[in-house]
Amino acid sequence: MINKIMTADEAVAGVKDGMTIMVGGFLATGSPEVLMDALVRKGVKHLTVIANDGGLDAGQPAGEFAAKTARGVGKLLEHHMVDHIIASHLGVNPKLNEQFAEGTLRYTLVPQGTLAEKIRAAAYGLGGVLTPTGVGTPMETELDELGRKKKVVEIEGKKYLLEMPLRADYSFIRPSVADKFGNYYCAKATKNFNYVMAGAADKTIIAPEKIVEIGEIDPDIFAVAGVLVDAIVEGEKPWQI
Amino acid sequence: MADLKARIAKRCAKEFKDGDFANLGIGLPTMVADYIPEDIMVTLHSENGFAGIDAVADASNVDVDIINSGGVYVTALPRVKYFDTAESFGLVRGGHVAATVLGAMEVAENGDLANWIVPGKKVAGMGGAMDLVTGARKVIITMMHTQKGAHKILKKCTLPLTAEKCVDLIITEMGVMEVREDGIWVTELHPDYTKEDIQAATGCELHFDPNMKAMEEE
Repeated sequence: MINKIMTADEAVAGVKDGMTIMVGGFLATGSPEVLMDALVRKGVKHLTVIANDGGLDAGQPAGEFAAKTARGVGKLLEHHMVDHIIASHLGVNPKLNEQFAEGTLRYTLVPQGTLAEKIRAAAYGLGGVLTPTGVGTPMETELDELGRKKKVVEIEGKKYLLEMPLRADYSFIRPSVADKFGNYYCAKATKNFNYVMAGAADKTIIAPEKIVEIGEIDPDIFAVAGVLVDAIVEGEKPWQI
Repeated sequence: MADLKARIAKRCAKEFKDGDFANLGIGLPTMVADYIPEDIMVTLHSENGFAGIDAVADASNVDVDIINSGGVYVTALPRVKYFDTAESFGLVRGGHVAATVLGAMEVAENGDLANWIVPGKKVAGMGGAMDLVTGARKVIITMMHTQKGAHKILKKCTLPLTAEKCVDLIITEMGVMEVREDGIWVTELHPDYTKEDIQAATGCELHFDPNMKAMEEE
């Protein structure tokens, strides 16, 4: 019988140089730290990262509380593992602008709501989404993450941008609680991109803070179907401030 | 300066009605929450994932699973609803947010807004700003009237836009202005300034509403 539980190193073993990965989290809240650590140990390079932002850098204030180490995508940036980042906000982690200036990292900005819908479109089999966000701005005129021109579609007199699906090789997600089949939910403000990214990649890897037995808790509490999950990794801890 | 910002925030707080769902941007707009009257219920949106932001957390009540969109640990109201990014921005684009309050680098007389990028400067990104100003039913700009004397309210924006024709209301230390089909109309003027003062601080022609009144501080 299928057993999805494995170590973080086993779960990332198939990640190769040049692959595209998605990482859940918003300024690293809700990012799967054990999976980021495993990628750093593997030393994979030239990644394209799809995430809301660049996480946090070591010693950087996260609100009132300092991050002692890099967090989330910040760990990959600290080790120069990323060539291209597709995100909505890049102003917080200083490593981003340093690496843009050095010419080792390039970026594609996508409005936050559009980013979620592009990922959702990939997970749910849509050919794209029509959004009014970005009409008349650089989002309309600049090329997208794969260098394609944006299409403007007019429906009943209103303009929309056709935004294409955004897929990855791997999705890395941090549930608060998952069962051993992979059904999961994320508590409070850790949901962010951790729901839409499930199934938007060839492999969906989750690192839950807590793993329960199948049938142990009310299934109505789960937000995402375990059928989308390929691997479950133990050892994710609540963030320590 | 702090007093002038408080003046703007206090005036902006009067724009909310009982039951409104609203989004406040970072900085001056966040101050608006301090002046929302006690007798109305306004639910504030944190676009990273919930409706119902309460105060900033301290060491006694911090929960590492609750940050606001600026990355600050905050607390949530008992009526909070947490959601993921897709739902959060569905609420925004779907027109379910009554008002969004944010700052601006430039506003044009037709309501065009520029507030997310200065070409050649550090890359930050729009985050949720483009979605918010496109989707919210009312877009309110709170800002100092000029940038150390340089005009911010213009005939046409010079910076890349956040959205076209999206601004409904501009509140500055000098007054309150509505963006209408035929341009920007001053509806309230602060008693410290004359019509000539506010016009001189503005890069497009202002119209003065026949019913213009004094901008109220309280």
